[in-house]
Amino acid sequence: MMRHISIILIGALFGAGLALSGMLNPSKVAGFLDLFGTWDPSLAFVMGGGVVANFIGHRIVMRRPGPVFASGTAGFRIPVNNAIDSKLVIGSALFGIGWGLGGLCPGPAISSLLLAPGDAVLFVLMMLAGLAVGRMLTSGPAATPAAQA
Amino acid sequence: MSIDFQNFTPYASLIGGVMIGLAALLLMLAHGRVMGVSGILGGIVMPSGKSDIGWRILFVIGMLAGPFAVIHLLDRPVDIMPAASGMILPVAGFIVGLGTAIGSGCTSGHGICGLARLSPRSLVAVGAFMATGIATVFLVRHVM
Repeated sequence: MMRHISIILIGALFGAGLALSGMLNPSKVAGFLDLFGTWDPSLAFVMGGGVVANFIGHRIVMRRPGPVFASGTAGFRIPVNNAIDSKLVIGSALFGIGWGLGGLCPGPAISSLLLAPGDAVLFVLMMLAGLAVGRMLTSGPAATPAAQA
Repeated sequence: MSIDFQNFTPYASLIGGVMIGLAALLLMLAHGRVMGVSGILGGIVMPSGKSDIGWRILFVIGMLAGPFAVIHLLDRPVDIMPAASGMILPVAGFIVGLGTAIGSGCTSGHGICGLARLSPRSLVAVGAFMATGIATVFLVRHVM
């Protein structure tokens, strides 16, 4: 029970952080990516705050033998794939094009679903379709979850 | 380039960013999982086993609820102004899903989590999606 509640609460902390930071606002995201226009640097603070908090904490967490709610023998599931290949670069480059066009990345698209359903629902449905097609094109449905960051 | 001081929100964005980083940290500490949204969603769309779906759906429920905590508990409005209209939005959504599946991650998985682990792979991914994101907005706003 505590395990389930904790996952919902962590998801809510993430969603609240996205909302407070401005990431749910597509025009603000586009303003950040508009480096050659009137640039809104706010989202650099989101990335900076998030990475630094996680960087410091990660070092402390990794001293533990495994997660608090360990399931079976699974420890910390850190991605093991270290390959810098064309899949990584082409996929990420494609993602950036979609991010620039719509001003939404996967997290904010989900967290804005109930706030601006008109815009977000269609985006999210097509995003889920894209995820399914992408997974079929690459490693198929049996893709190891640990390798998917 | 000029700075858009009118829309600049350094404090709210920094605090929001720290909350996002803490959420990623807590998901790893409590459940040993990387907080990558494209990966979490991918495991719902294409499950790798029955026991692997539940936590993903619970996490998404939390993500849906989070913004309401900001509105009702912190009493702050959450602005949402679309950046695109018409057919561009669903096309963008499809490309985001396709790209993050092929590239194994998005802003959260490669950005917040991968960079914090100093993963060279994630650094390359972030460089790639930032570059094409900036190029796309440049084309849409200043060329087309």
